[in-house]
Amino acid sequence: MNDKATGNAAEHAAETAYEQALELRALTRHFGPVRAVDGVSLTVGRGEVVGLVGESGSGKSTVGRIAVRLDEPTSGSVHIAGTDVTNLSRRRLRPLRRKFHLVFQDPSSSLDPRMTIGEIVAEPLRLHRIAKGEEARRRVEKLLQQVGLRPEHADRHPHQLSGGQRQRVSIARALSCEPDLVVADEPTSALDVSVQASVLNLMADLQRDRGFGCLFITHDLAAVEFLADRIAVMYLGQIVEEAPTAALFADPKHPYTQALLSAAPVPDPGAQRTRERIVLSGELPSPLDPPARRPTTTPAGRPSRGVFDSCRFHTRCPLAEDRCRTEVPALRTLPDGKRQAACHLVAEDGTAPDAAAANTHN
Amino acid sequence: MTEPVLKVSDLSVSFRSGGRTVHAVDDISYEVRPGEVLAVVGESGCGKSVTSMATMGLLPPTATVTGSVRLGGRELVGASEKELARVRGNDLAMIFQEPMTSLNPVLTVGRQIGEVLRRHQGLSRKQAAERAVELLDLVGIPAPRRRVGEYPHQLSGGMRQRVMIAIAVACDPSVLIADEPTTALDVTVQAGILDVLRSLRERLGTAIVLITHDLGVVADIADRVLVMYAGRVVEHGEVHELYAQPRHPYTNGLLGAVLKPGAEGKRRLPEIPGLVPSLEAQPDACTFAPRCPRATERCTAERPQLDRAACWHPHEVEAR
Repeated sequence: MNDKATGNAAEHAAETAYEQALELRALTRHFGPVRAVDGVSLTVGRGEVVGLVGESGSGKSTVGRIAVRLDEPTSGSVHIAGTDVTNLSRRRLRPLRRKFHLVFQDPSSSLDPRMTIGEIVAEPLRLHRIAKGEEARRRVEKLLQQVGLRPEHADRHPHQLSGGQRQRVSIARALSCEPDLVVADEPTSALDVSVQASVLNLMADLQRDRGFGCLFITHDLAAVEFLADRIAVMYLGQIVEEAPTAALFADPKHPYTQALLSAAPVPDPGAQRTRERIVLSGELPSPLDPPARRPTTTPAGRPSRGVFDSCRFHTRCPLAEDRCRTEVPALRTLPDGKRQAACHLVAEDGTAPDAAAANTHN
Repeated sequence: MTEPVLKVSDLSVSFRSGGRTVHAVDDISYEVRPGEVLAVVGESGCGKSVTSMATMGLLPPTATVTGSVRLGGRELVGASEKELARVRGNDLAMIFQEPMTSLNPVLTVGRQIGEVLRRHQGLSRKQAAERAVELLDLVGIPAPRRRVGEYPHQLSGGMRQRVMIAIAVACDPSVLIADEPTTALDVTVQAGILDVLRSLRERLGTAIVLITHDLGVVADIADRVLVMYAGRVVEHGEVHELYAQPRHPYTNGLLGAVLKPGAEGKRRLPEIPGLVPSLEAQPDACTFAPRCPRATERCTAERPQLDRAACWHPHEVEAR
């Protein structure tokens, strides 16, 4: 877009006034024949929380890892706070690393067991030469307080804390450099119900106060509903639907989203037992052998890349018709301008198909 | 009312290690009837899994188990390993959270199902193979004739869990203990597994003890619920009643903190402050008192007995 001379200036301008905390453009990631991520475009606005939802094998975690440059995309680009970081060398990337941070699912394996909590939280401050010594100690104390830990926790080691407390430490560390973007991969999935509630409250509070953009990756629909402004649903490496949170829950367009919402059990026996559930036939196909119309194995029986000329969901969709087996549905913007869906059966005016009507199981 | 098929009374389990004693399960009682689903819920460390292991007689020798576990009139606590081996897998079966670690990776699923049948029912290899196909069909595995010759790694997580269930119900047990059977699975797969459990209880009249932390799963399938906290039962009751009007402040807090998909506005989630107590002490008091908004002096001085809730100041049942 920019030639070399103006590139640097643009980079500088972007540093002060960017619009998108994260922008992923046509991202793909192939592991041999496995298309883990296959054409994902997604933005997280400044101070916006975007939920990325999908089941295991959907590619959501790979997207998260690529977003923070822990993995390289096969093609496509990653822009963080206005800067294209896709091809930056490690050295050029280093000063930018303070702008984004990843929070993992399991804090007991992502925190160094030999470091104290204080050292763990202070490490990014030290590495980015933001603060050291007394100044760093003061900042750590403030951060710990913000995530609901006491100052004396700074001298403890990770194994001396509970799971919820450790996740608070991960969050304090992620926020220590005041990043523009936090990518959180299943941050509450390993926690108990009551602990999960307090960590989600904490994330909501901090996000509101500090205004970082957040890509929240999870399989837990209720957790994204609680935290996200906007939700993108992934299936087999692609986004099948994207919508503002309330709209997605009120009126899911894609049959897969409808099935996902109907499968999540509601903690209310009366409501849960009278709900209509959409049962998907079969299970998530292996990304090694995704549903494609052309044969996906070579004569020798080895998987080939296969070419998609069908909807990836058609093998499990209760509504699939001929067109779904012969034509790839594009992710198109619906008339309200805020939502997108990749399904042939969503009408021009945005009316959703009714997957529940197709199967009367409840 | 039918007689309970499994009756656990005053069960306590403690572990000794390095001079310390941990009371993992403290005096709990429950019973299940044929065709009934009893959910045991609680957070990590509350003793729900230890309870199920003690029921199965699967705890290591470092555990001290007291009380009684009666299965159809037979006492299992203190039974010899030989007697237990006859009961386990035959009359009392169990499935675990992670099917991959319980299945043998080098044997076909048919062989693993057949093993149980040959051992407990004395079927021939051929009969066992035939029955294995039927069992795979029973748990909703498509193309069972082909699947029976496959190895665990060729199956998805949901299919593996179905195989585990097939092995568990091979000898038509009267009680099935399911320890977090759907926790490692995706929601769309989980729904299918819960359907299988439901059909077992309907078609075979199997009594199911479901150990879980997931209040959504409990709402979906359980008839009765036992809520555990720090090794003790704090509340039990019929599922609709318990969800509609929880009486123990812990149950109330738990149901308040759980996320409700489809109904989650931008609200503040109610939290339960504080941490789960250490299991080393066995206080003559309510173990939830330090975290309880309703606690009084009595709660720290006297242990509440279990009525519907083990609580000195339960939430009142509202007049309907």
